[in-house]
Amino acid sequence: MTIDWSWISEHTSDLTTLTLSHLQAALSAVVLGLVISLPLAVVAHRVKPLRGFLLGFSNVLFTIPSIAVFVLLLPVSGLTRTTTVIGLTIYTLVVLLRNTVEGLDSVPAKTKEAAKAMGTRPLRTLLTVELPLALPVIMAGVRIATVMAISLVSVATYIGDGGLGQLFTDGFQRNFPTPVIAGVVLTLLLALAADAVLVAVQYVLTPWTRRRRSA
Amino acid sequence: MIQFDTVHKRFPNGTTAVHDLTLDMPEGGVTVFVGSSGCGKTTSLRMINRMVDPTSGTIRVGGRDVLEQDAAELRRSIGYVIQQSGLFPHRTVLDNIATVPLLLGWGRRKARARAAELLETVGLTAEAGKRYPHQLSGGQQQRVGVARALAADPPVLLMDEPFGAVDPVVRTQLQDELLRLQQELNKTIVFVTHDIDEAVRLGDRIAVFRTGGHLVQCAPPAELLARPADDFVADFLGAERGLKLLSLTTLADVGQGPAPEGTGWELVLDAARKPLLWRDEGTSAEVPVRPLRDSDSLLSALNESIAAPGGLVARVDADGVLTGVTSRDEIHDRAGLAHIAAGTRLDTPEDAGDTSDTAVHEDTDVAS
Repeated sequence: MTIDWSWISEHTSDLTTLTLSHLQAALSAVVLGLVISLPLAVVAHRVKPLRGFLLGFSNVLFTIPSIAVFVLLLPVSGLTRTTTVIGLTIYTLVVLLRNTVEGLDSVPAKTKEAAKAMGTRPLRTLLTVELPLALPVIMAGVRIATVMAISLVSVATYIGDGGLGQLFTDGFQRNFPTPVIAGVVLTLLLALAADAVLVAVQYVLTPWTRRRRSA
Repeated sequence: MIQFDTVHKRFPNGTTAVHDLTLDMPEGGVTVFVGSSGCGKTTSLRMINRMVDPTSGTIRVGGRDVLEQDAAELRRSIGYVIQQSGLFPHRTVLDNIATVPLLLGWGRRKARARAAELLETVGLTAEAGKRYPHQLSGGQQQRVGVARALAADPPVLLMDEPFGAVDPVVRTQLQDELLRLQQELNKTIVFVTHDIDEAVRLGDRIAVFRTGGHLVQCAPPAELLARPADDFVADFLGAERGLKLLSLTTLADVGQGPAPEGTGWELVLDAARKPLLWRDEGTSAEVPVRPLRDSDSLLSALNESIAAPGGLVARVDADGVLTGVTSRDEIHDRAGLAHIAAGTRLDTPEDAGDTSDTAVHEDTDVAS
């Protein structure tokens, strides 16, 4: 199994397009997942009876096979990018929802109490105290969800999308390994790069966690 | 300034936390709530800024019923120092202090300037303002907690066991600082603690609570120690309450004389007439001396008179220069007088009869 470098140099522009398309699908799913899971997590955190239901429901969604999800979505959104993003979003929910709830749970009661006692209203407490303090745990979820979404995009090849996943079908059909290897390597690099960016974002957003007690 | 009028608090689980509390706290001065855990002292404190709402009864702050005010706005107008400081871990010390000014819409620049000013007031450096709370020691965190409570210059300060989590040395420092600040600011302070010594040190008045949320007695520390209302209060004050009372009286008006000569023990002074040690004239044995100032308490004088050879307490002025000595007998007599004075000074007409004996006793003592 050898790599045909000339194929790669002839297809750099295609590879770039596919990589960007792949990234766009994954990131859309994570952003959409965050938009949905944040309010749900706040509800699950504050209304204890709903907590088990919401977390359980996201678990159930996670167990549906990915191909089945795309097939089920076809009558709704057809062979489009929308179907890909919706499908991927469903998988990000389980991680994002659980981590956001746990992040909110991890905020010390004493700190919330202090915010209240200083005269901070509940919404402001959520935005300026609870979410910032929950950020490290939420970001851990975002990192997992992002890497997971990047690896899952390929599955959408079945509905004619799939970003770099298209290289796999192309390679298999022609019994030509170079596109497959290129697809695997690019997916891997994309996941690593996205994770590194998220680590940097977290570092910038949580300055209080990085300075240690000085003597 | 703060009035409780038959305030009752029953929690949903059926326990009564506060039982018909009626208490009037005048403007300025420190009122300390003491009692064992579950006595309702913290719940009473938290009802003042509506962290807890009463089941029945009325609480007024500055004449206004707290229940008729918006809870968040009320809380911004009352300083609150929380157990173990309760600082925001994700905000710098300066921004922690600026919390309430920012909520009040002062604007960031003005709020930070005020915070920087308070940093100095509570004895922290400007450099500490840039740090995060976890980078400070427990004692420093408590100072930040006090600064944060003072930020919007509220007339009322609520302090819920603020010094409970620091070691005894730092606690004493923080207590001293609070007394110094209070002299400067004269806030109306409500302070909750389970430590009776802390209550005696800080309180202008002490309110003793009993399990079930009953207020048993509220009185100035000297009166409380000299005349506990019942066995519960007496037990709570502890067996050494007589000695605690002595901690409230200073040496200032206790007489002193020249150091006697030829009694066996000689007080050795340095060139500036500062006491160095006691030396036995016969054996040349040496014992350290702990000279006392006028501002020291009768309790430390009693302690020193026991520790010092010959029972003499060396007295010095503010610069540490010897002014004279006071004998153990004199301190003992004065200690007894302090007790009697505390027991009778604050008599109200209706219970004067109970203590007429001691009152007469005092008269004879003073006359002799």
